[in-house]
Amino acid sequence: MKSRNQLLLFIILIVLALLFMFPVIWVVLSSFKDKTDLYQWPPSVLPSHFTLENFATAFNKGNFGIYFMNSIFVTVTSTVLLLLFNSMAGFALAKYKFKGDNLILVGFISTLMIPLEVIMIPIFKVISTLGLFNSLWGLIIPPAATPTGVFLIRQYLLSIPDELLEAARMDGAGEWKIYWKIIVPMAKPVLSVLAIFSFMWRWDDFLWPLIVITDPKKYTIQLALSNFIGEYNVDWGSLLAMSVVTMVPVLAVFLVFQRYFVQGMVTSGMKG
Amino acid sequence: MEGTVKAGRKPSSEMTTGKWKRAVAPYLFVLPNLLIFTVFIVVPAIFGLLYSFAKYDGLNPMKFIGLRNYTKVFTTPDFWSAFGKSVEYVVISVPLIYVCSLAIALILSRELAGKGFFRSVFYWPTLISYIIVGLTWKWIFSDSFGIMNYLLGLAGIEPVQWLTDPFHAKMTIIVATVWSRLGFYMVIFIAGLQAIPQDYYEAATLDGASKARSFWSITLPLLKPTSVLVVMLSVIEAFKAYPLMKALTGGGPGKETTYVVQYIYQIGFDKQDLGLASAMSVVLLVIIAGLSVIQLKLTKGGGAS
Repeated sequence: MKSRNQLLLFIILIVLALLFMFPVIWVVLSSFKDKTDLYQWPPSVLPSHFTLENFATAFNKGNFGIYFMNSIFVTVTSTVLLLLFNSMAGFALAKYKFKGDNLILVGFISTLMIPLEVIMIPIFKVISTLGLFNSLWGLIIPPAATPTGVFLIRQYLLSIPDELLEAARMDGAGEWKIYWKIIVPMAKPVLSVLAIFSFMWRWDDFLWPLIVITDPKKYTIQLALSNFIGEYNVDWGSLLAMSVVTMVPVLAVFLVFQRYFVQGMVTSGMKG
Repeated sequence: MEGTVKAGRKPSSEMTTGKWKRAVAPYLFVLPNLLIFTVFIVVPAIFGLLYSFAKYDGLNPMKFIGLRNYTKVFTTPDFWSAFGKSVEYVVISVPLIYVCSLAIALILSRELAGKGFFRSVFYWPTLISYIIVGLTWKWIFSDSFGIMNYLLGLAGIEPVQWLTDPFHAKMTIIVATVWSRLGFYMVIFIAGLQAIPQDYYEAATLDGASKARSFWSITLPLLKPTSVLVVMLSVIEAFKAYPLMKALTGGGPGKETTYVVQYIYQIGFDKQDLGLASAMSVVLLVIIAGLSVIQLKLTKGGGAS
């Protein structure tokens, strides 16, 4: 009786899992079909002849290479800056007593209450005033400071004993050296979690590019895709190919760092 | 060792610079973050508030008009129509997400072959950007060559105008939303379930309680803080939704799936009415912030009981 229930549950789960994977599998399969295959009725499940034509079109005619490089540049640079700035701030707020430290911490956290969606109009003015309009730096710098990141790093660093830092100071280490040689290596676990999340946030980001970029040469992948899908004659072949190439890095990062993901989700999710 | 000796011998002026450095260091460490927050969050927030009291098209100088933008917000039927659609979207998608993610979390918290694999499968879609989620479902639900209509045809059902009929367009958005967010909330629920001590269930079983009974009187009450978190996060998320619709329906047919953020975007960027759009943003912010406050209150209450 019990094992029969187990088996039933297992079968239900497999069906659900297949249903869940189906959209992605369908996109991947479709991306390898040629034009006649794509729009054929009734649709064939497998490509009748497997082709890379859509990928070639996306890269050659569709400028996908440029969007891809833009996205990579934005994602990598912004993530590096995020790790640097957030860990510096997190260190200061965890390990120093200074005037206004609580105010700054509370200030940082309360910015969580102001979603980007609500200030996108004035942000556009700020971005253009600073000359960041149509510049990739306009996508890189603003999201590099995240309240979640500062808070997570601060909480993590609170557990490092002060004696360790005092000992380093006695040895003549300066404050920057303490940060760089002691704090950063010790914060590696929390920094890894943040790095992975920042990678995903920036790679998948749509709203910042939408506000900052109008020049097609500066498009990130997401912005390019969202513009192409809105066109009257959608070129599904290259769109699907681009989507597949775009999904690969994030899914690969997930497979490699799966453990960090769940851990980070739970801690950051709980902070809301 | 050498360092210690040297430090000991250092003259007092060196010692004071060391102290001075230690006093200044934290400010320098905080500076980059503080600067970015001020320039890109605090300043825009203040400007947004200012705009909301002004007539402003972004080019000509601002003209302060008091509360007129706000009275306009409250008398613009289009805004409330978009807002109503957002509320409808929240009211339908949030319970669905809640029930589905909790159900999957309950199943995947048991001892089960391939548990890790199944968790990954349900978590996967949360990694995919809203734009690609929208694109994927648009490809599946496409009216003329989508696989969904083909599958319906196999079952003897007439093809459906998924994206050109308002009701079905909304349904498509709900399906895509649940698919893309379920895994995120599943993980939160799994963490919440793991925090419930197993002894409670053992005691309940000894007392002869059924599984359903233990669920209603142990799992659900003890899961209250997690539930509140999930509901609030998903409500706020649903109010902010825009990228998914941008790719999936473009806000159409007509304005049937134009929700509140997209509507504000159109007023601000397409119609260049920055004042009115800012007033609408303030209204939206008040609603979202209100929800966050309720969340904090409820979570505290849930934690205490």
